[in-house]
Amino acid sequence: MFLSSLVILPLLTVIAVLFCKELKQIRVVAFVGSVLQLFLVTYITMGFKIVSVFNFKNNGSIFLLEENYNWFPFLNIHYHVGIDGISMVMILLTSFIVAAGVLISWKIKELSKEFFILLLLLAASAYGFFISLDIFTMFFFLELAVIPKFLLIAIWGSGKKEYSAMKLALMLMAGSALIFVGIMGLYYSTHSFDLQIISQTIINPETQKIIFPFLFIGFGFFAALFPFHTWVPDGHSSAPTAASMFLAGISMKLGGYGCLKVATYLLPVAAQYYSPYIIALSAIAILYGAFATMMQTDLKYINAYSSVSHCGFVLLGIGMLTQTAITGAVIQMVSHGLMTALFFAAIGMLYERTHTRQVKELGGLLKAIPFISTIFIIAGLCSLGLPGLSGFVAEFTVFVGSWQRVETTYRIATVLSCASIVVTAVYILRAIASSVLGPLKNEHFFNLKDAAWNEKLAAVLLLAGIIIIGVMPYLLQNFITDSTVNIIHHLNGSK
Amino acid sequence: MRELLFHIIAFKNLPLGVVGGAAIWIILLPLANFVLLGLGKKYLKNIARIFSTVLLFVATIIALNIAYHYFFIDGKVNGVYQTINVYQMHWLSFTETMHVEIGIQLDALSVMMLVVVTFISLMVHLFSLGYMKGEERYCNYFSYLGLFTFSMLGLVVATNLLQLYMCWELVGISSYLLIGFYFQKPSAVAAAKKAFIVTRFADLGLLIGILILSFNTNSFNFQTIIQTLTNTQSSSFISITASSFLGMSTLTWALVLIFIGGAGKSAMLPLHIWLPDAMEGPTPVSALIHAATMVVAGVFLVAKLFAVFAINVTALQLVAFVGIASALFAAIIACTQTDIKRVLAYSTMSQIGYMMFALGVSKYGGEEGLGYSAALFHLFTHAFFKSLLFLCAGAVIHLVHSNEMKDMGGLKKLMPITHIAFLIACLAIAGVPPFAGFFSKEEILSAAYQNNKTIYIIALITSAITAFYMFRLYFSIFWNKPHDSRLTAHHSEGTLTMKLPLIILMVCAATVGFIPFSEFLSSNNQPYHSAINIGFSILPVLLGLGGILLAGILYFKQNNKADKITNSFQVIYKAAYRKFYIDELYLFITKKIIFNCIGKPAAWFDRNIIDGCMNGIASVASFISTSIKNIQSGKVQHYTLYFFAGVAVLLMAVLYVWS
Repeated sequence: MFLSSLVILPLLTVIAVLFCKELKQIRVVAFVGSVLQLFLVTYITMGFKIVSVFNFKNNGSIFLLEENYNWFPFLNIHYHVGIDGISMVMILLTSFIVAAGVLISWKIKELSKEFFILLLLLAASAYGFFISLDIFTMFFFLELAVIPKFLLIAIWGSGKKEYSAMKLALMLMAGSALIFVGIMGLYYSTHSFDLQIISQTIINPETQKIIFPFLFIGFGFFAALFPFHTWVPDGHSSAPTAASMFLAGISMKLGGYGCLKVATYLLPVAAQYYSPYIIALSAIAILYGAFATMMQTDLKYINAYSSVSHCGFVLLGIGMLTQTAITGAVIQMVSHGLMTALFFAAIGMLYERTHTRQVKELGGLLKAIPFISTIFIIAGLCSLGLPGLSGFVAEFTVFVGSWQRVETTYRIATVLSCASIVVTAVYILRAIASSVLGPLKNEHFFNLKDAAWNEKLAAVLLLAGIIIIGVMPYLLQNFITDSTVNIIHHLNGSK
Repeated sequence: MRELLFHIIAFKNLPLGVVGGAAIWIILLPLANFVLLGLGKKYLKNIARIFSTVLLFVATIIALNIAYHYFFIDGKVNGVYQTINVYQMHWLSFTETMHVEIGIQLDALSVMMLVVVTFISLMVHLFSLGYMKGEERYCNYFSYLGLFTFSMLGLVVATNLLQLYMCWELVGISSYLLIGFYFQKPSAVAAAKKAFIVTRFADLGLLIGILILSFNTNSFNFQTIIQTLTNTQSSSFISITASSFLGMSTLTWALVLIFIGGAGKSAMLPLHIWLPDAMEGPTPVSALIHAATMVVAGVFLVAKLFAVFAINVTALQLVAFVGIASALFAAIIACTQTDIKRVLAYSTMSQIGYMMFALGVSKYGGEEGLGYSAALFHLFTHAFFKSLLFLCAGAVIHLVHSNEMKDMGGLKKLMPITHIAFLIACLAIAGVPPFAGFFSKEEILSAAYQNNKTIYIIALITSAITAFYMFRLYFSIFWNKPHDSRLTAHHSEGTLTMKLPLIILMVCAATVGFIPFSEFLSSNNQPYHSAINIGFSILPVLLGLGGILLAGILYFKQNNKADKITNSFQVIYKAAYRKFYIDELYLFITKKIIFNCIGKPAAWFDRNIIDGCMNGIASVASFISTSIKNIQSGKVQHYTLYFFAGVAVLLMAVLYVWS
C-alpha cells in the first residue's frame, strides 16, 4: 500500500478540505496536504537512491515498490503500480509543482474550497498516472485529470475562458480517444494491459505499425506534438496561475511520459519505423514554436508558445531513440516542468499586481518589485538554456544524443533544433527587456507590493529544483540511467 | 563530490602540491562573492565593496603564486611545460564511454590567463570602489563582477569543451547583466540584448562544432581531442577528415564552426556589431570585460585548440583572413568616431584582429610557432594597456560627465596622473619602443612577414592608422583647446583607489614587454628564444611615429585642418562614420526579413491555419449533428418512409449480390 498512498494522500486531503468551513482552514489543510506529499515523495526518493546503491531489484524487475491487485478479472485489468527511475523523477516533479501551486493560490477567494479540491484531484490523478504499470489504470488516471482542468479554466480563468476550456477538453479528449483505440489494439494483440507483460510479448511488426500512431499521436495531443498543439496557447493563457503551472508543468509531461513508456517502449519496431516522422514533427515544433513565440505580446502566450518549442525537445529526444537523447528527453521533462511552472508563477504574480500581461504596458518593474522581477528573469534565463540552470543540461544532452544519429535527415533536424537556441534568446530577452527592464512605464507600478511569503516560498521551491539540476545533473541522471538503458535494450533487442 | 571536498580541504596528492591545489580557491572566491552578495544584499550592503575586493585580492595572490611555481619551479619536465589536471569531478555521462568531468586544468596558457584575469579584475574592482560610489545598486554591481570573474576563470581552466561552453555562456550572461546595469536606460537594455543575441548566434556555431568534435573523438576532454586529432593514424582522424559535406571535410567544418563561436565573442568581422554598443555599460566593466578578458576568449579558444587548427590549412587561413580584415576595418572606423569609449572599442576589435591573424599565420612547434607566442604575448600586453586606456577614459568621463570628444580638451593640467597613464598606454598601443605593445606587435609583424606578405603589408598600414587614431584621442582629450572652466580642479582625478590602479597598470604597460614571452608560452609548450630584430622593426616604428605626427598636426591645437580633410573625403568619411552600414544591414535582416517573413507568418499560420483546422473540425462535427438531428423528428410518417426506403435499398442490394 506504500506507493498507493501517493494517490490516497491527495484524496484524503480533498476529504479534509470538504469538511473545512473557513478560508483559512482550507488553505492550511491544502498546504499541509501538499507538504506531506512532498515529504512522502522525498522519502521514496531517498529509499530509491539507497536501493540503487545496493543494486537491489524487485524479483528481477526494474520496478520498485510494486503493488498488484486484481481489479476487473474478466478483462484481465489490474491495479498494478510500481516505479522505475523515470517515474520516480516524474513524481518528484509533480510533488514540487503541487506544493508550489497550492502556495501560489493562497489568495484565491471565490469558491476557494472547490479550487483546492480540483487542484488536489489533479495531483492525485497525475501521481496515479506516473506510478501505473497497467495501461488501463494509466488511462483511467489520464482521463480523470481532464475534467478538473476543464473546470479550473472555465471557472477561475481569465480572458475567453469558456472557449479555451472547451477547446482544451475536446482536444485532450480526442487524444484520449486515440489512446483508447491504441490500448485496445495492444490488448487484442497481447490479451493483457500490463506494461511488463506486453513488453515481453512479441507483437507482429505490421500490427505495431498500425497501433503506434494511435498511441503516439494520442499522447502527442497532451505533449503538444505539432500540429496538435493548438490547445496549449489558449488553455495556458486562460487558466488561473496554479492551473497554468499544473498544465504546463505536469499535464504536458503526461503526454511525453506516455509517448516514451507506452508507445515507444511497447512498440519498438514501429518506433524505429516512425522515428523520422517524429523527429521531423518535433524539429518543426521546436523552431516553429520559437518563431511563433517571437511575435507574441501577451506574457502568458509567450510562455505557452515557448512550451510548445521546449516540449519539442522531449519528443525529439524520444524520436532519436538513442540512450543519451532519451535521457535528455527525461531531463527536459523535469526541467521544463519546473521552469515553466516558475515562469507562470512569476507571470501570475505580475498579472495579479499590474492587471495586465501585455508586454507593451509593462516596463521597469525591476525597480518596483525586485523579487518577482528577478524570479521572472531567472525563469527566462533557464528557458534560454543558461548553464547552471536545468534547461541547459537537458537541451545539451538532447543535442549530444541527437548528434549520435548520423543519417543526413537526423543531422538536419538536429541542426535546426540547435538553431532554436538563438530564437529562444531573442524572444526571452525581448520579453525581459520590455516587461521588467527599462524605465517605469506606469506611475501606479511604484506602489506595488513585492512578493508575499507564500509566493516567495513557492518560487524558492521551484528555483531550488532548477539550480540543483543545473549544477549537479548527475544526481538526476543517477535515477534515470537504469531505466533508459532498459528501454534502449528493449529497442535494440527487437531489431 | 566527497573526494573533491576532501581535496579542497586537505590539498593532498595533487600535482603542484599545495600551490596547485589552491587553484580551486581562485575560482571559488569570486563565486562566493557572487552568491553571498546576490543573496545577502540587505546585510552586506555596507561591506560589499571591501568584501569583494579583498576576496579578489586573495585570489590574485594565489594566481600569482601558482604562476610563479608553474613557470619557474614545477611546471617544466624535460624542457616541456606540462598540462596538469588539478581537479576532476564527474559531472555528467552521456554514454558509457563519454563522460564529462569538470575540473581545473593548468597549462602554460591557462596559468597566464589566470594571472591576467585575476589581476585586471582586481584593478577594476579597486577602480570601481571610487567610480561606482553612490550607486544605488552597488551590491549588484560587485556581485555581477564576481559572477563574471568566476565564469571567466572557469573558462580558462576548463578541462573539456562542455565546461568551456558553459563558462562561455556564463561570461555572456554576466556581460549582459553588466552592460544592462543601468537598466532604466533603454539604450543600455537594447545594447545588452544585442550583445547577448549576436554572441548567441555565434555560439550556435561553437555548439555544433563541439557536437562534431565530441562525437568524432568520443570525448569532450581537450587532451583527448587533441591527441586523437593530431594522430593522423587514428581511426577517428581518418573518419573525420575523409567524410565531407559541401566540399569541406568534417574536421574543417568543426573548426570553422568553432572559430565562428570565437569570432562572435571576440567581435571579429562580421559579428562585431555588439561591441561598440556594449560601451553602454559602466566604464570599469568595459575595461574588464570588453577590453582585457572576455573579448579575447575567442583568441583563447583558437589557441587552446591550436594543435588541431595547425593541421588544417583551410580553417587556419580563415582565422588569418578574418583577423586581418577586422584589424584594418576597425582601425578605419576608429578614426572617425567621436565617442571616446567607442574609439577604444574599435581599437580593441582591431587589436584582437592582430592576435587572430597572428594565430592564423602561425605554424605548429618551435620557432615556426612564433605567431602563436606572439598572439598570446599581444593578448597579455594588450590586457594591460587597453584596460588602462579604459580606466583613464573612465576617470575622464567621471570628471566631464560626457563620452563625447568635443566636450573634452586641455585636461592635462586637471588630471596629471591620468594624462601620463593615458600617454603611456597610447605609446604602448602605437608600438613605440620600449613600451609593452612594441614587443608583442613586433613579433606579430615578423611572424606575418615570414608567412604571408600581403597580411604583413596590411598589418603595417593598420599599425600606422592605430597610432594616428590613438593620438587623435589623446590630443583631443588632453590638449587641443583649454579645458572647460566649469570643471573644478578639486578632486578631479577621483579617490586614491581610482588613481592606484592607474599607476599600477601604467607601470605594467610600460614594462611587461620585456618579459621573454616565448620562453614561457609556445605552441608545443617547448620554450624557445625569440629576439627582436632591430633592422626589421625600424619600418613599423617609423610608420607609428608618422601616425602620431599626423595626429599632432591635426589635433594638438584647436584648428580646422581635420574638418577640411574630412570634407574632402566626404563619402569615405561618412561611410566609415556610419560604420560601413553594417548595423543597418543587420537591422534589415532581422527586422524586415526574420520578423516579417518568418516570425509573423509562423504566428499567423498557427492561429489561422492550424488552429483554424482544429476549429473547423469542431464546427463540421457540430454542423453534422445539427443537420442529422432532424431525422429524429418524432413523426411516425417520416419513420415509415425511412423504414420502407431502407427495405428497398436492402432488397436491391440482396438482388444485386444474388445475381
